[in-house]
Amino acid sequence: MHHRTFGGKVFEGVNHLFLAACALLCIFPIIHVLAVSFSGSTAAAAGQVTLWPVEFNLSSYKYALNNPQFLTSFLVSLERVALGLSVNMLLTIFAAYPLSKERSDLYGRNAYSWYLFITIIFSGGLIPWYMTVKQLGLMDSVWALILPGAVPVFNVIILLNFFRQLPKEIGESAFIDGAGHWTILSRIYLPLSKPALATLVLFTCVGHWNAWFDGLILMSSPHHYPLQTYLQTIMINRDMSLFTTASQEELKMLSEVSDRTLKSAQIFIAAAPILAVYPFLQKYFMKGIVVGSVKG
Amino acid sequence: MASRQTVEQTGGYTKRTRAAAKIRHQFPMHLMLLPCVLLVAVFSYYPMAGILIAFQNYNPTKGFFNSKFVGLENFNYVYAMPETMQVLWNTVFIALLKIVFGLLVPVLFAILLDMVRRSFVKRSIQTLIYIPHFLSWVILSGILIDILSPTDGIISFILKGIGIEPIFFLANEKIFPYLLVVTDVWKEFGYGTIIYLAAITSINTLLYEAAVMDGASRFRQVLHVTIPGIMPIVVLMATLSLGNVLNAGFEQVFNLYSPVVYKTGDILDTFVYRIGLQNSQYGVATAVGLFKSVVSFVFIVTGYRLASKFAGYRIF
Repeated sequence: MHHRTFGGKVFEGVNHLFLAACALLCIFPIIHVLAVSFSGSTAAAAGQVTLWPVEFNLSSYKYALNNPQFLTSFLVSLERVALGLSVNMLLTIFAAYPLSKERSDLYGRNAYSWYLFITIIFSGGLIPWYMTVKQLGLMDSVWALILPGAVPVFNVIILLNFFRQLPKEIGESAFIDGAGHWTILSRIYLPLSKPALATLVLFTCVGHWNAWFDGLILMSSPHHYPLQTYLQTIMINRDMSLFTTASQEELKMLSEVSDRTLKSAQIFIAAAPILAVYPFLQKYFMKGIVVGSVKG
Repeated sequence: MASRQTVEQTGGYTKRTRAAAKIRHQFPMHLMLLPCVLLVAVFSYYPMAGILIAFQNYNPTKGFFNSKFVGLENFNYVYAMPETMQVLWNTVFIALLKIVFGLLVPVLFAILLDMVRRSFVKRSIQTLIYIPHFLSWVILSGILIDILSPTDGIISFILKGIGIEPIFFLANEKIFPYLLVVTDVWKEFGYGTIIYLAAITSINTLLYEAAVMDGASRFRQVLHVTIPGIMPIVVLMATLSLGNVLNAGFEQVFNLYSPVVYKTGDILDTFVYRIGLQNSQYGVATAVGLFKSVVSFVFIVTGYRLASKFAGYRIF
């Protein structure tokens, strides 16, 4: 395809170098902070840490995981992901199936479509949204983090476009054999849509895991904060209140832990679930991007 | 005459039973849609009624419909605020830079990456560059705050190493908006690259072969085959990103800014947050939010129209 000239080879070499350098530059900050989280506090403060831990120790992680608030928030996040995933996927499937039908097969299909689509292009804004959740008495409940975003309209559009590509004949013949919509959906559509569903599941989990702003404004007590919200509050308030009520044993630990290494450790515990599944599921991550942007 | 009537009657009758059967057949589908319709009504349409707050001296205990109406007072207040114009300008400036670089960098990167022939190298680079996309702005901000710290951040150590005084990037109002753009590109360009790379891969290889036959150099192949090949998707992405002119990135700015950089870094969304949820000036904040919603709406609709006109895009 390409010429194999000397100039071509030089270009290829330079191109490889440039792209590799960019890629490394992208993850360099992440690796660096990861290294800091495993390093001793003095080494970190002296700027000795670059890409590898210096004075390797796990104190920061131990300290972070000993913090009851941190664990509480971790559990809130897990609960949120589990509930949010179930609700989002169920509603996405229930909306996508009827909307993937022809107009003649579903009265008001276009009205339904527009009804959902309008919410993408116009919204009441932050304050009315906040007041709505407040008026409904959802503050401080995990449902405040689930219900307002219960219908992910973009995912509905992705899935309905996927459903439309399935061969119609299968559903029709099942219908002639006496199968109802529920059977056709659960026995035919869903098994055939596994790749699309896997991608949506992945993106929904990532979305719920990463969300923090709703937790910040809708939860008044830190006990209800999801992990990312808790992390956000400690990033912003750079106070040392964590360290005031330290016991003797904790003080010893603190000699190895600094505010900086502790924060780094907390960042990585919060990122860990995503970084852990990423290498195994990256096929789906990639597919999701292409499917999500250019439908089909 | 009589027979014709019977035919008409039976015709009407079967039509009606058919319609009834059709409704019965459709009923489960309407049932499936019901929860979505209700939830969207409550959490998307009901808040639209809350736009009334913009015209009220809102009292949370009285609700959207019973608070005292004050006409355009909130809008006048916003207009008279000294920072409003600056915030609007910041928003548009940051958002436009993000749109432009968010488009150009991935296109360029995808073209260069496509020239890499070893698929292992290609895949590895893709994998690395889009990791940041999946991390939240809380995590990425935590990382950025650490590496950019003027006292113990690695960047300042590097700068010191080459004899440059440490710079407090996050507190420098000249640098801050550009820092937002650069770090936003850092987070998102891997995502864009994959889209364009998919588009490049789907270009018919015969076109390249023909170009080589005609003696086209690598550069000319890019110019005459690759770029025209991905143009439709570039145009599509450009038109759809038009709706973001007032989205300067709340989550990013909120986690990185501080009062020292309000002058250049404060944007509409953070402005609304502070006025509304921190100062409890609900009416004023809703007025700013409404302005944003309306302007964004116009741009989004324009974007979709252009996308369907120039790229044949249909959302459903």
